Parts: sequence; C-alpha cells; structure tokens
Amino acid sequence: MNYVFDYGWVIPYAPMLLAGALVTIGLSLLGTLGGIALGLGCAWTLSWGPGRARPVVHAYVEVIRNTPFLIQLFFIYFGLPELGIRVSAFTAAIATTVLNVGAYSCEIVRAGIQATPRGQVEAGTSLAMSRTEVFRHIILFPALERIWPALSSQFVIVMLGTSVVSQIAVEDITFVANFIQSRNFRSFETFFVSLFIYLALAAIMRGLLDLLGRRIFPRRYARD
Amino acid sequence: MPVTDLTTWDILRNLALSTRWTILLSLISFVGGGVLALLLLPLRTSSIKALNVISRAYVDLFQGTPLLIQLFVLFFGLPLIGIDTSAWLAAILGLSLWTAAFLTEIWKGCVQSVHKGQWEASASLGMSYLEQMRYIILPQAFVIAIPPTVGFMVQIIKATAITSIIGFIEVSRAGGMMANVTFQPFLVYGIVATIYFILCWPLSQGSRNLERKLNVAHRNQ
Repeated sequence: MNYVFDYGWVIPYAPMLLAGALVTIGLSLLGTLGGIALGLGCAWTLSWGPGRARPVVHAYVEVIRNTPFLIQLFFIYFGLPELGIRVSAFTAAIATTVLNVGAYSCEIVRAGIQATPRGQVEAGTSLAMSRTEVFRHIILFPALERIWPALSSQFVIVMLGTSVVSQIAVEDITFVANFIQSRNFRSFETFFVSLFIYLALAAIMRGLLDLLGRRIFPRRYARD
Repeated sequence: MPVTDLTTWDILRNLALSTRWTILLSLISFVGGGVLALLLLPLRTSSIKALNVISRAYVDLFQGTPLLIQLFVLFFGLPLIGIDTSAWLAAILGLSLWTAAFLTEIWKGCVQSVHKGQWEASASLGMSYLEQMRYIILPQAFVIAIPPTVGFMVQIIKATAITSIIGFIEVSRAGGMMANVTFQPFLVYGIVATIYFILCWPLSQGSRNLERKLNVAHRNQ
C-alpha cells in the first residue's frame, strides 16, 4: 500500500465544514425544541388527556418509531408534493426531526410519568390541587427529572441521525463533506475529519445537556 | 419495457423482492454485531481499568458518530488498505461494528443489573470469575437482556436503510429507483414505509410484551 494520508487537503475547506456544522446544530436545536413540545403534548394525552385522542397518538408514535428516518424524510420531501404540499429541503428536514423527537420523547416521558407513585397524585388531589396543577407540579417535573439521562441520549442520537438529511441536499456536515471529497478526491481523509467533527459535537452536546440537567434538576445530582 | 407501463402491482412486487436484502442484511449484522459484542462484553465489565478504557472508547466512537459517516469511512477507507470494497462488504462491516457498540452497552447494563449479592454468594462458594459468569451471572443477565435486545433489532432494521446511500440495493434503494422511474414517490415511499413497519412492529410489540411478561425489573421487589 503506498497511499499517503494527507489531511492538508481538507484544511482549506474548514469554513465550509464550519458552516455545515452550524446547519447540523441549528437543525438539531430546532428539531429538539419542537420535538420536546410535541412529545410532552403526546405524553400528556396518553396519560392524562382525552381518551378519544389516544389512538391517534399511539398510531403516530408507532409509525414513526417503526420506520426509518430516511424514508420518512423522502416521503415528506418527495412524496407530499404529489398532494400539493411542497416544502423546502430544510423545512422537510426540520419536520422529520420534530416528528422523530416527538415520538421518541413521548414514549420516554410516558415511562417517567407512569413511574409516579399513585399516592403522590392522591396527596395532591387531597390538597385541593386541580388536575392541571397535579400534572404540572406532581407528575411532569419529577418525571422529567427521572428520565433526563434517557432523554439527553435520545437528543444526541437524533443529532447524529440528521446526517441523512444530506440526501435531500440540506447543507449539513455530511453534505459538505460529500462536496469536498468530490473536489479533492480525498474521500477517506474528508470523511474521517467529519467523523471527528460529529464526535466533538456529540461530546459537547452531552456536556451541555448534563449541565442543563444539573441546573434544572439540582436534586437529582445532589443525591449522587 | 417503458417505465410508464409499471403498474402498482409491479412496484409492489419489486419492492417486496428487494426486502429480502433488507432482512438478510439485518440478520447478518445482528449476528455479526452480537458475536463482536460478546467479545467486547468481558472487557466492558472487567475490573481492569485499561480493558475498560479500550472498550469504552470503542463504544463511544460508534455511538458518538453517525452511522452514515462510519459507512463512508469504511467504504472509502478499506480500499486504501488493499481490500476490494463492495457496497455489500462495507454495509455488513459497518452495521456489525455499529450494532456491536450498542449491544455491548445494552448487555453491560444487563450484567450489572444482576444483584450484587449473587456475585458475593457465588464468590463465597469458591467459584472463579469464569465460573461465576458461566453459572450464576450470565444465565440471569440473559433473561434480562431478551426484551431490550429484541427491541434493538428494530433499530438495526431501520439502520439498514442508510446503506442505500453507499449503493447497497435493499428496499430503500429499490424504492428510490422505483420513485424515479414511475414519478410516483408518494405511493412508492408509502409502500416502503409500510414494508419497514411490517418488519419492525411485531418486534417492538414482542419486546414490549416480553418486558411485561418477564417483568424482570420488579421481580425482586
């Protein structure tokens, strides 16, 4: 083997990779925030909300969790225009990310809610709290505290999963890497560099989520 | 045959036929990844720090980077060390390595969830580490591991879709081709999604039922 590894070929493209990283971060952030809202709403519906809406939420969660992200993305980006719903690549990417985070976090939050001891709910009711107050103060917050680690790993997994949006030409890290390797023909080096950008992003994200968890749920960490 | 002559039935049949590659790839990756995870598991649960660090680095690398980039690195990297790479080889290798990282971590949790008293009791009977593992810990960890392992198979099946990007022809890739020649992406991707759902849903349900039936988490309480 006489291939000489030369990462110098990737350096001139650093600004492009940075721009790609910003797209990946922006997409993950928007997708996660939207997804949390959707997931909380769904978890509330399943455990506390109107019974008639539950089959719909169940169906949504099962469909999203049992089909690949890539196919959902293609369905929204290439399939929906047939029905007259045309969205930009970035919108399609965000919509798919929100739908995914929503379904996964719904299941995680629901698990946290179900772990609430029955007696606490009864105690809240006996203090004349309304249903909404019981849900907010007694069920939701402790549930989030309980499931924070599972939820944070899910967010990191989703961030990594967004790499496939490069397939509908959203200019994220993977897309940029693909572009660069088509220019410099240094495929291995280019993808190896992008591998480490993702690794760094994942590490930073884990650290920030942990810090955030310590901020919002100091009790959880005080116990350790 | 002019592409406009493709009926819905033709599309369906073609996609159904290409599904076997999705199934085959999932099975091979599960077995390959499982074997590798079994080799990594003793390192991950070992009390020797160096072994722990190595296996932890492996898991972190594969869990901290996208599968798509891992596949690209393999696909373009293997030829550099003289291995003639096909999409098949890169797909199998990439998915197996990725699967191994997740299974190692899942199974580590299962081994660690066996009550500490079981280790102490078997140690007090004079069992060696290997005997403890063989007769006391692994049989119990095995039962605990069944539901999450079945659940993870769903993730493997879904992950095979990504191999279409490096040119492996399974149901997603076949779907992309069908959508291009028929101009019916709504129908085609709808069918592809349904096929994945049919493959994955029984496994998710099975995992959930097993969890309830074995009720491992609360058995000792």
